[in-house]
Amino acid sequence: MHPDISPPPAASPADDIVTLPAEMRGGLKGGVRLRPSARWKPGVAAGAIHSEIFASGHEAAGAALAIALAQDAAAAGKSSSPDASSPNFGALDEIMDQRSVLWVQDRASVRLTGRPYRHGLPQHLRHRIIHVVAEKAEDVLFALEEGLRCRDLAFVIGELAGNPRGLNFTASRRLSLAAERHGVPLWLVRVDAAHDLSSARMRWDVRSAPSAAPQWNGAAPGIPCWHGELFRSRSHVPGHWILRDDPAALSASSPAAPPTDITDDNTSHDNTANENDVSFDQPRQTGSVDLARATVGRSMAAL
Amino acid sequence: MMLADARTLCPQICVVPSDPAGDLDFLEKLAIWAQQWGPWSALDPPDGLLVDITAVAHLFGGEARLLADARTAFAKRGLSVKVAAAPTAGAAWALAHHGPQEAILTAQDDAMARLSGLPVAALRLDDDVLTVLRRLGLKRLGDMSGIGRDAIMRRFRNRRSPAANPLVRMDQLLGRVPEPLLPVIPQQMPLVQRRLAEPIRHRSLLDQVVRDLAADMARLLEGSGQGARRMELGLWRVDGEVVVRSLELSAATREAEHICRLFAARLDDVDAGFGIETVRLRASWAEPLALSQGDIEAAAENHGTSLSACIDRLTVRLGASAIQRPVPHASHIPERAQRWQAPMEPEPVSQGELAFHLRPLKMLENAERIAVLYATPDGYPRSFRWRGRLHEVVRVEGPERIAPEWWRERSTVRLRDYYRIEDAQGCRYWIYRHGIIGDQRGGLPDWYLQGLCA
Repeated sequence: MHPDISPPPAASPADDIVTLPAEMRGGLKGGVRLRPSARWKPGVAAGAIHSEIFASGHEAAGAALAIALAQDAAAAGKSSSPDASSPNFGALDEIMDQRSVLWVQDRASVRLTGRPYRHGLPQHLRHRIIHVVAEKAEDVLFALEEGLRCRDLAFVIGELAGNPRGLNFTASRRLSLAAERHGVPLWLVRVDAAHDLSSARMRWDVRSAPSAAPQWNGAAPGIPCWHGELFRSRSHVPGHWILRDDPAALSASSPAAPPTDITDDNTSHDNTANENDVSFDQPRQTGSVDLARATVGRSMAAL
Repeated sequence: MMLADARTLCPQICVVPSDPAGDLDFLEKLAIWAQQWGPWSALDPPDGLLVDITAVAHLFGGEARLLADARTAFAKRGLSVKVAAAPTAGAAWALAHHGPQEAILTAQDDAMARLSGLPVAALRLDDDVLTVLRRLGLKRLGDMSGIGRDAIMRRFRNRRSPAANPLVRMDQLLGRVPEPLLPVIPQQMPLVQRRLAEPIRHRSLLDQVVRDLAADMARLLEGSGQGARRMELGLWRVDGEVVVRSLELSAATREAEHICRLFAARLDDVDAGFGIETVRLRASWAEPLALSQGDIEAAAENHGTSLSACIDRLTVRLGASAIQRPVPHASHIPERAQRWQAPMEPEPVSQGELAFHLRPLKMLENAERIAVLYATPDGYPRSFRWRGRLHEVVRVEGPERIAPEWWRERSTVRLRDYYRIEDAQGCRYWIYRHGIIGDQRGGLPDWYLQGLCA
């Protein structure tokens, strides 16, 4: 772990500024120190195109959240596209929805969490899944990179168990660059993995949360809920949410009580629920290790 | 005659299994070879060939010398033939099968007079028609013209097919009605090759040769408006060994660069020995591929690859069985309701799914056995132990009873009661009880965990 993390720099790349509120952009022009306080919420078209989701191998929460976030990002991109960035996207909605989805798993994650099941997938994804099983982590990375280079894919989901030697920082940087170059989002689910070095733009920790009771049968499991912790992000302030996969869209609510037992075994993060209350203009004490912090303008997210 | 009978009569008999497909294939090759005597030829299965020699005979010095030439050519190949020439295909067939050797009927001859001595079998009729004609006493072609045409027409008035109607065959034989024939057209598979002045032993030179060949092949395929689906690369070594590497593509393509990249992965283990002197690339399976404007995207590197190219690359490295697409299958049993097929294949037609019950997002490859605490015989599960961890069941939905498919399985297979459950931590699973107490198909039922819900 790094004991010392410098405060956010004054200048910031343009793609990070886009996600910030207007008054902060104004402040930035004036040369005021940037406050990276754009909190993540569903429906925001995040610039994050390479995300990692850490999940346990005892549940399907990782893959489920990856699909939910991918759908959310696609819907956000669709609704925000007609304004300026790409005017012809709106007309192509129906065509773009039919693009395939590449789902890459390694053998260990197949053994732990199984294969996708067509009848349980969201309706509009069922006929679009192309599933790849690779024996080694190197083959998974190869398949992911080939998928990211393919312009005919809507997004790529990877599932990788443990911390293989092949997935080092260089490999994850390759994936980030390929994803950003060709605009194909990557959702990499890390099954039973420790938080290692990675260049992913958003990093989530997820576990299942008790679901709300459905309307007609109170004893039955309800709409899937997950407890998601965004512990590292380039453009957003970290935080905890209860994410609910409503039929219309993904919805997020803050947990009733700030959880203290988020991470079960591998690493511990400081609670960042009150991150916004801290004034960024004050110089931080360099001694305190506050690792769960937005890294605006920094390419490396080490933890 | 049975084979045993034949062996009794002649113990030295040599037996060879029949091969109709091989015979037809041989006949096709022979038909193409026979085009040296005429511009086109047609098959006459199982053992005949028709060659159109209209306005060709003078090149050989007349029909008689043409036929003699054909006979010697066949004899040189060890084939005994009967040949005949006539103005119509029917007449030529009749003379070849039932006439004298090398019979020639010219346009000036009176065809009816020359052919009247042949049996009615020379009309290429079905067996039952021949039986009818024999019973009527019509044995020669001359007999057919002896009685009135009306009488024969009345007898066969509802037979439309030429092979069943002797009058149509007779008219075809005499050239009164046309007889369309299906010509044999040879189809050459695109093939390019390089004979090298100096045998090559190094990989970089071989890559260069393959690149040249791929460019040639792309030009060849473009000319014929085709794309390759399967390619074979043959490497002839100096010592006579041949190394063949084949490649199958998910969609028709003629991109030289793509072909090169796919072959590069296959050439790693080639042993060049004392050097490779000939390299040959052949597209053994080609499909029509429309011409399209090329090079509008300067490089795939900048604009990404297409889906079929991506799948090709994955297939070459990971194998075809690693890349699959889930498709529905008509079955009630959950693990059987999904099948896997190649990604670019069209999806099979299936009936719409009944969405009464939710299915899990992911399914374990083999359902894992769990120990469950529940109220016998068919109460809800209270808690269970899976992979060494205890789960307290908080919420249950079920049971959804799925009976075994009796038309496919044995009668001792037990039914399944599925429950969708949520534990105290919020993890959602899909578990089932295999059987029920008192179903006479085993002892206490086991519980299995089959799926992980979202």
